[in-house]
Amino acid sequence: MLTFTIRRLVISIPTLLFIALVIFLLLELSPGDPMANVPLTVPPEVKEQMRLALGLGEPVHIRFFKWIVQFFWIEPLNLIDHFLGTGFAEGKLRVISWQTRSPVMDIVVQRLPQTLWVVGLSYVVGVAIALPIGIYSAYRQYSLFDQAGTFVSMIGYSVPPFFSGVLVIVIFSVKLGWLPSIYDTTHVVDSWDSFVVQLQQMIMPVMVLALQTTAQISRFMRASMLDNLNQDYVRTARAKGMTERVVVLTHVLRNSMIPVVTVIALGVPGIFGGAIITEQVFKVNGIGQLLITAIQANDLPMVQTLTFIFAVLIVLFNLIADVLYGILDPRIRYD
Amino acid sequence: MTDNHATDPVIHNPVGPAQAAGKPRPPRNQWLDVWDQFRTHKGALAGAAFFIFIVLAVSIGPWLWTVDPTFIDIRARNQGPSLTHPFGTDQLGRDLLARMIKGGQTSVSVGLMAMALSVFLGTAVGVLAGYFRKLDGPLMRFTDLFLALPLLPLLLVILLLFRDVLRAAFGPEAGIFILVVGVIGITSWMQTARIVRGDVLAIKEREFVLAARSIGTPNRRMITRHILPNVLSPIMVSATLGIANAIITESALSFLGFGFPSDFPTWGRLLYDSTDYLQQFPERVMWPGLAISLTVLSVNYIGDGLRDALDPRIRGR
Repeated sequence: MLTFTIRRLVISIPTLLFIALVIFLLLELSPGDPMANVPLTVPPEVKEQMRLALGLGEPVHIRFFKWIVQFFWIEPLNLIDHFLGTGFAEGKLRVISWQTRSPVMDIVVQRLPQTLWVVGLSYVVGVAIALPIGIYSAYRQYSLFDQAGTFVSMIGYSVPPFFSGVLVIVIFSVKLGWLPSIYDTTHVVDSWDSFVVQLQQMIMPVMVLALQTTAQISRFMRASMLDNLNQDYVRTARAKGMTERVVVLTHVLRNSMIPVVTVIALGVPGIFGGAIITEQVFKVNGIGQLLITAIQANDLPMVQTLTFIFAVLIVLFNLIADVLYGILDPRIRYD
Repeated sequence: MTDNHATDPVIHNPVGPAQAAGKPRPPRNQWLDVWDQFRTHKGALAGAAFFIFIVLAVSIGPWLWTVDPTFIDIRARNQGPSLTHPFGTDQLGRDLLARMIKGGQTSVSVGLMAMALSVFLGTAVGVLAGYFRKLDGPLMRFTDLFLALPLLPLLLVILLLFRDVLRAAFGPEAGIFILVVGVIGITSWMQTARIVRGDVLAIKEREFVLAARSIGTPNRRMITRHILPNVLSPIMVSATLGIANAIITESALSFLGFGFPSDFPTWGRLLYDSTDYLQQFPERVMWPGLAISLTVLSVNYIGDGLRDALDPRIRGR
């Protein structure tokens, strides 16, 4: 199992480097200029010096290398300093945003909790709804419940979040006036009333994102249950006189969860991508919204870092899915 | 989407009873069989009807509804539905029905073109990787790399970077159209490639391929005559789903403000523009939103029906 994990880890390093290179080279083509905000009275040669001071005069491969070092060495050192109060990263140049002139990672860390609360919670809610639906609609295949489940998940696939989000805003905020349409991130939860307000503002973004998750996961769960329900071991379990409950929820469910667990792990980075749109609809100032404003403001270090963080998430969760599959299903390990 | 129909019991089997009775059946075109099976799927039939309706509406609609979508009538702004403006007007007094038709033209043609591009790329990579053993490793690693890219952020970045270049080269409308179709096509071929490769690998081992090779069929004709026709069904299914994916991606890009400009409406752009007036005119977001959702829903149902209809095990032949 350890060699399996290590092999997967080693494969993911070149993948990450390649993605970093793609992102870096793409942004290399960008017409953005960090000196665009500098007043026109500053003479061109001074501007050139300022550009050199930002490290823009170096050849491409050196800047790529330095960016990699910044991302993988200096930023983690800063994290250690932050938690342990040490001084490893003192005086080392961090990735600086062109918009705010402060380290990119500091802003990302500020924005991350909002995204994690909304996105993370919606994923948990989505999965929690999807699993029972999938199990029951497989157990009663072609029943009314199954048909309804199929239809709802078809809708979950087809209605994009930027419409379902706007639709629930129209219904619950504009027409009924029950829920706020804008997510207030400065809201502090310190009493029961403020907790209710927090719940009210979270329910719409969470449910919109959860609908997408539910649609996908419940279909996977159903298909995987159906694969297992016709197997011989199920007949054996029934023949031994086990209750239907034990057969379905212990024998079949455990085996059907193997592919579903990996699908759940694989879906995590995708939901971060989908959050870009949902955050825009509900005005959540998470990392998706940060990315949009950074792209609009031509803040290349920010865009680079955020895009790469998304890439790291994808590779990381692919790795987790692979390893989980290996742990759950011993047959996979020996290929 | 990954309903495992292979394990489902066969419920509709129109051909089975005829065979059991032992009547000699006249030879039938296989596409007639596909159509017979497709017809039994009510959702797919309704989806196909709706999709044809949408395609007709956006293609011959401009001749039936001759109002200019860019005509600004500022005195008639923000009107509700009426006889002169069945869908109402927007904040500049432009007719929303005409804009929906114009926007639908762009959205549907982006969907079809991007699907064509991604299916072409996916099929090419899949067939090459499946057929030529030497290319298999590199091409599939390449596909995996593409699958690991964060697509939505990259799409946004690419759109921003190349927008001005292509606008200068092909004009403002054609340039952005090429760009959107191109980026969606280039970033959505991976699933098709994987499915096609898997099927090609299986077909390559079959006897008829061996027979064809034994009479000296060259590789090129081998692929076009024997391999491609046999992987047509997964390609067709992924093509249908590709349309849905492309329409959603284009709308998402336009919704984020990175796609088509406001004077060149698409459904996503119309939705984005309407959300600014959500408080005053909440009904205005309905038309583009419903158009996107229903089109995608219908395409998904067509895909579902096609998957069943093209699977000979379900068709019962």
